Amino acid sequence: MAAVTLTVNGKAHRVDVDPDCPLLYVLRDTLELNNPRFGCGLGQCGACTVLVENRAVRSCSLPVSRVTGANAKNVITIEGLAANGRPHPVQQAFIDEQAFQCGYCLNGWVLTAKALLDTNPKPSDAEVRRACESLVCRCGSHTRIFSAVQRAVTAKNTAVKA
Amino acid sequence: MNPRKGGVSRREFVAGGLVVGFSMLDGELVPRLFAQASTSAAPSPKRLESWLHILPDGSVQVFTGKLEIGMGVDTALTQIVAEELDLSPSRVKFVFGDTSTTVDQGGVGGSTSVSQGSRPLRNVAAAARAALLQRASQRLGVPVEQLQVKDGVISAGTKRITYGEIATALAAEQDLKVTGAGFALNVDGGAKPKDPAGYTVVGTSVPRIDMAPKILGTYKYVTDVRVPGMLHGRVIRPAGVGASVVSVDDSAARSIAGYVKTVVDKDFVGVVCENEWAAVKAARAVKVTWSAPLRAFPEQKDLYSYMRAAKPKATRQIPKTGDVDAALATAAKTIDARYDVPFQSHATMGPGCGVADVKPDGVTTVWSGGQKPHALQKGYAQLLGVPADRVRVVWMQDAGSYGRPGFEDAGADAVLLSKAVGRPVRVQWMRHDMTAWGAKGPACVYDLAGAIDAQGNVTGVRFVSRAFSGGAILFLPDAAGNYLGAQLTGIKNTTGVDEFADWGGAAPNYRFQNLDASSHVLAEFHDVASPLRSTHLRDPEGPATSFAVESFIDELAAAAGVDPLALRLKHIEEPRAKYALQAAADKYGWDTRVSPKPKTADHLVTGRGIALGVRNGTYVGTIAEVEVNRASGVVKVTRLVCSHDCGLIVNPDALKSTIAANLIQSLGRTTKEEVMFDRSTVTSVDWNSYKVARASDVPAVVDIVLINRKELPPGGAGEPSSRATAAAIANAVFDATGVRIRQIPLSPEKVKAALA
Repeated sequence: MAAVTLTVNGKAHRVDVDPDCPLLYVLRDTLELNNPRFGCGLGQCGACTVLVENRAVRSCSLPVSRVTGANAKNVITIEGLAANGRPHPVQQAFIDEQAFQCGYCLNGWVLTAKALLDTNPKPSDAEVRRACESLVCRCGSHTRIFSAVQRAVTAKNTAVKA
Repeated sequence: MNPRKGGVSRREFVAGGLVVGFSMLDGELVPRLFAQASTSAAPSPKRLESWLHILPDGSVQVFTGKLEIGMGVDTALTQIVAEELDLSPSRVKFVFGDTSTTVDQGGVGGSTSVSQGSRPLRNVAAAARAALLQRASQRLGVPVEQLQVKDGVISAGTKRITYGEIATALAAEQDLKVTGAGFALNVDGGAKPKDPAGYTVVGTSVPRIDMAPKILGTYKYVTDVRVPGMLHGRVIRPAGVGASVVSVDDSAARSIAGYVKTVVDKDFVGVVCENEWAAVKAARAVKVTWSAPLRAFPEQKDLYSYMRAAKPKATRQIPKTGDVDAALATAAKTIDARYDVPFQSHATMGPGCGVADVKPDGVTTVWSGGQKPHALQKGYAQLLGVPADRVRVVWMQDAGSYGRPGFEDAGADAVLLSKAVGRPVRVQWMRHDMTAWGAKGPACVYDLAGAIDAQGNVTGVRFVSRAFSGGAILFLPDAAGNYLGAQLTGIKNTTGVDEFADWGGAAPNYRFQNLDASSHVLAEFHDVASPLRSTHLRDPEGPATSFAVESFIDELAAAAGVDPLALRLKHIEEPRAKYALQAAADKYGWDTRVSPKPKTADHLVTGRGIALGVRNGTYVGTIAEVEVNRASGVVKVTRLVCSHDCGLIVNPDALKSTIAANLIQSLGRTTKEEVMFDRSTVTSVDWNSYKVARASDVPAVVDIVLINRKELPPGGAGEPSSRATAAAIANAVFDATGVRIRQIPLSPEKVKAALA
């Protein structure tokens, strides 16, 4: 165990953890952030996705030491996406599209979409699918999810013009 | 823990002679003083106040034994109650599936939550509205028929009063009339519900009440329950079916910081630690020596021949029509076809999770995402050896649920571990615990024969199914033997039932002069703690039976030289079934012709297939368009069209979303999903070894045609649109290639081999 500083959603936390502990369990158990979810623990589904330096990463397979100490990085979870009390535009697009069924998988889709749109503001349908191929939605909400991503693309590009 | 914040409720009820207070705090139902209560019995369905409270602010708190498992039932029920009470949906709050505060409505299942489960809620809301109007009439001195209600404000001219002002002691003087039980439970307070013709809330696309909280990250699942002093548990399952614990070496686990205990009860093994990561590590560190597992399963490649040769344990014959033997003997053409469907896994998005706080001298609380909290209350009580009213089960949503996924077993594991350590324990399974050891949808095989006369008429059909029971692990988990962990401690499963893959379940709408349909149930390979134990998985045997029947109808059409839609319409009497098929065909732009398409030398070939899905009065027509790569065997579904008639539609957008999801899930079940096993255990353990639909599998176009029948009551919509997908895809592959694939999944290897 070692006391380290972990920065999540812009807030620094002092945590005493096993450096090998996957980030997921620190977020859930120590910081009581519920939204990174345990799906497989194997990096195969994306339910545990968080953003690290604006890249979508699997927190179930990332030792906490990779984002603390000398490797300190800001970790963003769904809880930290909203700004000034307003949903992030990508979240809003998923809400407007009523995109999910059970929703347990949604961290992966929402955060992967956010990271994608930040680097590629106008992805094609094929690019969206490629970015999402490593994610699982067991309920099968894919068609609404893809519509939500395209809705977010439209909103982003409209906002830029305005 | 309800996702909706800001609800305020104070609910008093007498339990064991004590008045116990509950308060809604930050949207969470907190059992204050609960430890003082000696029992936890469900409220009586007879009393209005068991179902519904009008709060001082004029909003309504509803208590129901129904649940939300991902398809928007909570929103539909909110709309239905809001409609009857003339309230905006935002002022109707629900408590779902808490055995101490909600009536036992059988939990959820079989797509009945709206079709049956909403009836008592509608009637209770109507009774409450009538009582409120009666009281308002007295207070305002205006006859009831002159009163108007708008969002909880009752008025007549300038006189007005709100629900909140007159709500005190709404308790009905007379008991409600109670009929039925479980899913069919209904109550009647004598007030007539509204005429659907005047609905203004039901029938509109109210946004789902769980959706924004989920996407904003404020919704709480059962995985997020934290209670003071809670520990974390993990289970260690046997090396294979029938393997017993020989010895357990937990010395390495003991050195892990936070380690608490290794629990061994016969063949049930688990670890408990102070934190979750320690539990994960400890479960890996505990070395269990198991006896050699039984070679209880056949080789996977022999599964279907085993099933055809095995002596059935039970058989059901539906009354014969005519004489199929004679029809086959005199036919101009006969068709024989065999269809095979593998075991499939729930493989829920998150592995099962349960939290238990066992109190040997008080009331045990278990938080579970299982679909039947009141049944779990009985089963967990039996596991603990206490009366049912000493257990309280609080439902909270787990990762998507499609029947009896194993959340029930995870809860039982939590009970066993909490009992062993005397503290609350949260158990979440690892991925392999869910995919390999969760209960399975049963494997089914079908042998069909058909007779066609010289004029191309289908004159007879014989249908024989052989399947493992969909109820080997009973859908109603109300006995200890129902749970995997309990079976490992030596408790027998005595509650399984024979559930058949019936002709009638899939094709009640086809009429043939001569019909002979029988169904056999096969005994389980091993009746204790088998990873291939079978239970309900979305629309139990429906998709499998429908795959066989709806493929065979296509085979008959091809043999008779008629268009597959035309043959269906000819042999169906039910107008709604015909209408659904025609609606899908119209949307698709169906070109009437015989399948298959003429052969070409092309690498990529395309085709379209149609199938009918009928489930308990809901009618679905599904059309799949596919592109088949003849070299690789890859079947790409390029378009799906689905027409859907479930009677009155409560929420069109939420319904469309559920149908679209069912189509994609069932597409994956058709082209990818198959539980792999060796002679002793299941080898599908994760998302690589148990593949489901991914982004690249999703068709570019999914068209949904809603058929709204306002004159009919709302029917089921959770499962029916899963039913016809497999046959529609297989029929499209036949149309494209001229080759009939009769085995699920339609994997590239299988299709390539069939095309060779």
